[in-house]
Amino acid sequence: MAAPSKRSTRPTPVRKAWRSLTWLGVIIVALFGINAAGVMWAGGSWTPKLALDLEGGTQIILAPQLADGESVTQEQLDQAVSIIRQRVDASGVSEAEINTQGGQNVVVAIPGELDDQTRARIESSAKLELRPVLLADVATNQSIDPSASAQPTDAASDLATTPTAVPTDGSDPSWITPALQDQFDTFDCASIDSSGANAAPADEPLVTCDSGRTIKYLLGPVEVSGENITDATNGMVTTQTGASTGQWAVNIVFDDQGTKDFATVSQRLFALNGQTPRDQFAFVLDGAVLSAPQMNGVITDGRPQITGSFTQESSKALADQLKFGALPISFTVQSSDTISATLGTSQLEAGLIAGLIGLILVVIYTLFQYRALGTVTIASLVIVGVITYLTITILSWREGYRLSLAGIAGLIVAIGFTADSFIVYFERVRDELRDGRPLVGAVEAGWKRAFRTILASKGVNLLAAVVLFVLAVGSVRGFAFTLGITTVIDVIVVILFTHPMLQLLAQTRFFSSGNPWSGLDPNALGAVYRGRAEFRKPVAVPATKVASSAKEAQKRQTIAERKAAQVDATVGASEGKES
Amino acid sequence: MANRLTTFGNDLYTGKRSFNFVGGRKKWYAVVAVLLILSVLVPVVRGFNFGIEFRGGSQFHIAGVADATSQPAIDAVASVAPDAVAKVTIVGNQGVRVQTDQLEKAESEQVSAALAEAYGVDPSEVTSSFIGASWGADVTRQALFGLLAFLLLAAIVMALYFRTWKMSLAAILALLADLIVTTGVYAAVGWEISPAALIGILTILSYSLYDTVVVFDKIRENTAADGQESRRTFAESVNLAVNQTLVRSINTSVVAALPVAAILFIGAGALGADTLRDISLALLVGIIVGTWSTVFLAAPLYSQLREGEPAIRKHDQKVLKERERASVSKADAEELTTA
Repeated sequence: MAAPSKRSTRPTPVRKAWRSLTWLGVIIVALFGINAAGVMWAGGSWTPKLALDLEGGTQIILAPQLADGESVTQEQLDQAVSIIRQRVDASGVSEAEINTQGGQNVVVAIPGELDDQTRARIESSAKLELRPVLLADVATNQSIDPSASAQPTDAASDLATTPTAVPTDGSDPSWITPALQDQFDTFDCASIDSSGANAAPADEPLVTCDSGRTIKYLLGPVEVSGENITDATNGMVTTQTGASTGQWAVNIVFDDQGTKDFATVSQRLFALNGQTPRDQFAFVLDGAVLSAPQMNGVITDGRPQITGSFTQESSKALADQLKFGALPISFTVQSSDTISATLGTSQLEAGLIAGLIGLILVVIYTLFQYRALGTVTIASLVIVGVITYLTITILSWREGYRLSLAGIAGLIVAIGFTADSFIVYFERVRDELRDGRPLVGAVEAGWKRAFRTILASKGVNLLAAVVLFVLAVGSVRGFAFTLGITTVIDVIVVILFTHPMLQLLAQTRFFSSGNPWSGLDPNALGAVYRGRAEFRKPVAVPATKVASSAKEAQKRQTIAERKAAQVDATVGASEGKES
Repeated sequence: MANRLTTFGNDLYTGKRSFNFVGGRKKWYAVVAVLLILSVLVPVVRGFNFGIEFRGGSQFHIAGVADATSQPAIDAVASVAPDAVAKVTIVGNQGVRVQTDQLEKAESEQVSAALAEAYGVDPSEVTSSFIGASWGADVTRQALFGLLAFLLLAAIVMALYFRTWKMSLAAILALLADLIVTTGVYAAVGWEISPAALIGILTILSYSLYDTVVVFDKIRENTAADGQESRRTFAESVNLAVNQTLVRSINTSVVAALPVAAILFIGAGALGADTLRDISLALLVGIIVGTWSTVFLAAPLYSQLREGEPAIRKHDQKVLKERERASVSKADAEELTTA
């Protein structure tokens, strides 16, 4: 029972300090644990992945798919590069290199291998159209399935009565001319190519199939197109009660025009409820129907959801494609080769050695400046280094983050910047000592003021990181990511390590007695007042100063002011006499 | 035992020793103005030397190479166009890809021939084409857009935090000066502007603002604590804050500059990691300029912006008047004692 009582008599800063250090330990152990789990079960690694310049990767040459006589303009290529870059960026922070080649092709260099997902992500045009369904039928006409063929037969009988009337809206069956009907009847889903070979002008009907090639459709003209999409995300389909159905979907947000157009279609199709398939609308992607749901209600908020046979990855890929817009042309992968690193390992080694030397110089300078206190800085920097390394390794496994040579230099520099938090803190503590506070009080008071400054200044850094990460593309985005990570880690370490360490050290005799080697020696700092009216003779301040600096209130004044104050006092006194 | 910088720090803190950063602002503004003019003139005269990532360039592909290594290509390009930097990549097992600055048609043919010879392949195995910029206009546009958004947001955040937009304005002006001077120095050195260098300049942007916030927070503390009772004019309060954080400014710039300098001089200079020199030069210059622009530009600017405010002007006049009266009566007192 002695232990708890002893515990409760401990001063609170010490208990708080141990609590903070425990949290830090938990964070580090958790990061280790996550990474270890990744290495054991999910293909993680103990080293971060390297970027194109250091490790090489795959070079993919994309050739535009052009009909005979068609040619691609530089403008189209530039637009394609821009869109492909955003799509690749959206899959992680891998810093791919994308450019045009010979005014004809697009070259994409990505670190690592080219998998089917990445291939699908970059090469398809992703042109989305919303068209109303006029007719639907099972794909294989030869074997008649009674359940599915019943409705198209009804629709076909309508056709005969209105062959020439001008269609009033997209769902008007008068779109179906005998020629189209014939095309639809004889349409073979095997002939469609998912890359958009079966395209039709936006204001004309389209005959196509779903991407699984099991149902064929005759669709009305385009009602809303992908150009009106402002945002697209993927997520699970939820029921009205909010429970997840486990089915992946792509959620679309339309702009004002798109919302208006979609609401009009929605109203019309909902009114046709029951007249299947004319109450259906189709999401057509690159000429193939992704899904053709029935309009079960009037959607006026412009936020439809596309369902289909999505996995998490494919729904994410489609969402990214839709968000960044359709490519002006479709591309096919012409060749894909592994490429070597442009920088040898010697460059990486040179960078690391130089960075290490730089950090050693920082250590020497810090020890020189702050004596024993410098060891706290060094320990803090080591902790920052460990947490940064683990975080980057985990992110490179989960988010595809990759380190380029410039990125490594950036990290080393960022660790140098981190030291500033400690400098700001130590200088504030020293200021408090100069004001004559005892060490424990100085640490707490200094921390209060320093913490505010650190939060404000690091907040600016974090703001830069977040804004650039959201808005910029390519390597600027990678930079912002690194800046954000190091800033957050810096703040965590100063709260959970540097400050608690100082709180604990303030309790030791070595520091609290103001040992000259502690870096917190009140004598060296010119402190003049030790609290509780206990004065001591400052060593570093010239003797003439001693008298004038006796009072704490005067200590913050400049010489001129102090003199003025003295005279002022005399004048005040004489004035008092006169009155 | 007190180390000299510590004593120096004590003196700065108490005001025993003080540098007149705010009062001597005309002098500092003049220095900044000269630096800015030079930084604008140098690139105008010499022009920026953008790398192939920005301008595009020539690409050669050599197929059917038995022993695919990069050195022969570097030598071959250097033999024809000594100024062009060759980026060599091994493609697959038997291909070599060489990217250089945009070459003239004649030069390009010479390089093709030299490459064919270097790798001992038939000239028909070497194809050349033009490659577009990998850091295209879209990347620059998005980066600039992000930058403007950041500056705007940072200005708002700082104005809210410091409760005065004048600090935001002074901080942003100092930041712009940092950017101009850093790019000016980079242009003066004449190195090719690479994406890494631009990343370095972006880092500086965030660092410069960060440094200004640290010093401004001390100014805020001092000017807020002093209030109406202060015996200091506003400019003196600001100046004292800058002096009190001077040791931090020195330590910070040294600690931040050391790793960068090591990477620049040891890594890029002695060990030959060329790609690191771009980013480390931009960073080194930026760190030094960023730290000292706060002291010599941002703080005096802020003080100047505030001094015109009626309340502050009234207070300053009161302080100066009292001080004058004090010195007069002090002289009187001295006269009395001597008499």
